[in-house]
Amino acid sequence: MKTWIAGAALALATLTGTAYADGHGEYPERPIMLMVSYGAGGATDFQARIVTMTAGNEDALGMPIAIVNRPGAGGRVGWNWFASEAESDGYTLGAYNIPHFIAQSIEGGVSYSAESFEPIANWGADPAVFVVGADSDFNSMDDVVSYAKENPGGLTFSGAGLFVGHHIAALQLEKAAGVKMAYIPNNAGGAGAMRAVIAGEVLGGVNNLSDAFRAQAAGNVKILGVFDLERNAFLPDVPTLKEQGYDIDNASVNFRGVMVPKGTPQPIIDKLAATVPAMFENKRVKSRMEAGGSPMHIMTRDEVLAMWAAREETLKELLAGL
Amino acid sequence: MEFLFYMGDVFTPINFGLLLLGTIGGLILGATPGLSPTMAVALLIPFTFQLEPQQGLILLGAAYTSTVAGGAVSAILLKIPGAPANIATTLDGHTMATKGEGAKALQLSFLASAVGGLFGVFLLIFLTPVLAQWALAFGPSHLFWLAILGVTVIGTLDSSSVVKGLLSGCIGLWLATIGFDDIMGAQRFIFHPAVSGGINVIPALIGLFAIPQVITMFTKGRSSDDAEIITVQRHPIRLAVLEVFRRKTALAIGTITGSIIGLIPGVGGQIAGLVAYDQSKKFSKESEKFGTGHSEGVIAAESANNAMVGPSLVPLLTLSIPGSPTAAVLLGGLLIHGIFPGPDLFLNYPQVAWTFIDSMLIGQLLMCVFGLYIAGLAASVARVPHAVMAAIVLGLAVFGSYSVQNSMGDVYVMATLGVAMYFLERFGFSAAPLVLGLILGPIAEANFIQGSMIANATVGTGTYFFTGWLNWLLIAIVVASISYSVWMEIMSRRYTTKDDAVAKEEALS
Repeated sequence: MKTWIAGAALALATLTGTAYADGHGEYPERPIMLMVSYGAGGATDFQARIVTMTAGNEDALGMPIAIVNRPGAGGRVGWNWFASEAESDGYTLGAYNIPHFIAQSIEGGVSYSAESFEPIANWGADPAVFVVGADSDFNSMDDVVSYAKENPGGLTFSGAGLFVGHHIAALQLEKAAGVKMAYIPNNAGGAGAMRAVIAGEVLGGVNNLSDAFRAQAAGNVKILGVFDLERNAFLPDVPTLKEQGYDIDNASVNFRGVMVPKGTPQPIIDKLAATVPAMFENKRVKSRMEAGGSPMHIMTRDEVLAMWAAREETLKELLAGL
Repeated sequence: MEFLFYMGDVFTPINFGLLLLGTIGGLILGATPGLSPTMAVALLIPFTFQLEPQQGLILLGAAYTSTVAGGAVSAILLKIPGAPANIATTLDGHTMATKGEGAKALQLSFLASAVGGLFGVFLLIFLTPVLAQWALAFGPSHLFWLAILGVTVIGTLDSSSVVKGLLSGCIGLWLATIGFDDIMGAQRFIFHPAVSGGINVIPALIGLFAIPQVITMFTKGRSSDDAEIITVQRHPIRLAVLEVFRRKTALAIGTITGSIIGLIPGVGGQIAGLVAYDQSKKFSKESEKFGTGHSEGVIAAESANNAMVGPSLVPLLTLSIPGSPTAAVLLGGLLIHGIFPGPDLFLNYPQVAWTFIDSMLIGQLLMCVFGLYIAGLAASVARVPHAVMAAIVLGLAVFGSYSVQNSMGDVYVMATLGVAMYFLERFGFSAAPLVLGLILGPIAEANFIQGSMIANATVGTGTYFFTGWLNWLLIAIVVASISYSVWMEIMSRRYTTKDDAVAKEEALS
């Protein structure tokens, strides 16, 4: 019933649009909305629902957070709306995915950039991994790269779309190994890209560590490498790309967190920045995230600001050649 | 037969209570326009945080089953499909309702849903490993041809002429290109912020079906004081049962088509009902009666969209890949309890997996019982005067469109498309082919682009799209479907003048 009441209250408040207090001391006075720019059931949506489930507790925000999905075009639809139409009153939060929205803003054609948003806190970091079908001949990244060298442009591998973490990882791999491969963006996101690998439609794929971990547990894929600086706790036996001799950093790691639109009053940003990371630390949240195979990585507002800036620089350099 | 062993778990007080709650709640949510099965299941996810995994899944499974069936209520009584899966139900179901057979149509739809649904779940129980391979068999080239097959259905679907059917289909295909394209992210025809995300199927569906209804109701109410009211004759359930089993062809075609299409990831329930409707029309001895309130139309459409429920979970339960948005939400419900679906699911968590599947079986029966009860109440819905009804439908239409993503933009899209459809209907165009175009456009386009990218890197476009038995089978069905339509068109020169269209319109409303 809570969601219903929250939803109804939210709808009412948005419609009247008058509940704007001058002093922000009492914030939040009504339920808060969190916009997720991917569909219900996707990894971002799933994790956003878990990390916000304790928002109504007295030691957190004291008000529930309702998730609203605005999917489309790899997140562009939701973030466009968030940058240009969302109200900056502190009652409209958004979920961000790095490097997705920064890469898209560098590519152009969207009405947002890193300057359009104010980060609040980061909850998770999901590195990209390279997967091949369980019966594939490839057993290491070297096998993949030598196949690509013999067949320039002929090694097909899937990913969730263009200018998302998977695409960045693909570009990094091509650059570091000095080969040309055929990246096939999938219209059904990470799940579709994984299906293409399992069905043998493509020779390999870049996918989320959390999803690949499950697919490997189900015996459908082999994971050949992690696109991160260190090995991951979920997959201690899988070497990073760097260990296998490719100069690839963590630029493709999918960081997920909460932000507000530019123009949100500073007192509200400060209040959120102080309470939200603590909310993510909740024991129940952590156990649910771990059970779901979702790696957590909590960062404060200042850390996120630094991370955004660093990521923007790397991506500008990487995408300049496109 | 392991599923029988865990059957008892469904009937513990808490589990059975949740099953009842999910079924009744699902019927109500399903009957509300705009609340598609995906949204209904997503709304329930937070409740499952507090429950045991088994109990959570029972709630979600029951809700999934009954929202799909519940969509038929508004499709039949109001001509607003509760979800894309129920589009085909409006074609004959609502016509039956206008003839005073609303109760009969509802009874038939729930009985057919239960038969289809039970068949689908039994497939899931007995044939899962075989079906999993089938779900993987459909690559981009096959999905492309499947979408083209859907396009060929457009011409023969509920239109006064094939040309007009194809024209409305093309309008739908064009509408589907608005917004960012799915793969490259290119922007097309974005002339207003409301359509920057493309045209969402749910608001379009509500607008195209509901708004012309509302306008007609209002005009009727003004022109005469004694605006006629849909009467609902009582219809004994016994006769409905006999009717469903007398229409064996429609029931079999609906059930089998629904199960096969439900398996294919990414296509799913949205077109299962329409394809089944079209196929049973072509195979029926009384195909000319389709569209005029023929019971076979309702039976085929509703058995298909519920038969798809069981098989649509096959890729999720065996391969851990969600094949539809609803399955993706269910995956979330499993993961939150640390349960990873996959081939080991039935070994590691037999109690959860089997109880879930058993509850879907029992859920189908409960859904049927409550559905038949609702059918008895249909008479009271129909007693509402036209003007009041129009206001209620308009309210539901705005609420349903807004609730998809809390966006007024969707309400504008709904209203604009609805008003445009009102005028198109007066010229003999109909909404079903238009929506089908809107649904199929992105499937055809994205799979063609993806297929050609793979083809260019490997074997070449010609070889990729034109080799393999599955490609050829689909191409053959496409050719057969087109030839049939052309032949029918020549045999019975179907065309409509403006007067005919107006006459038909008045007869309908």
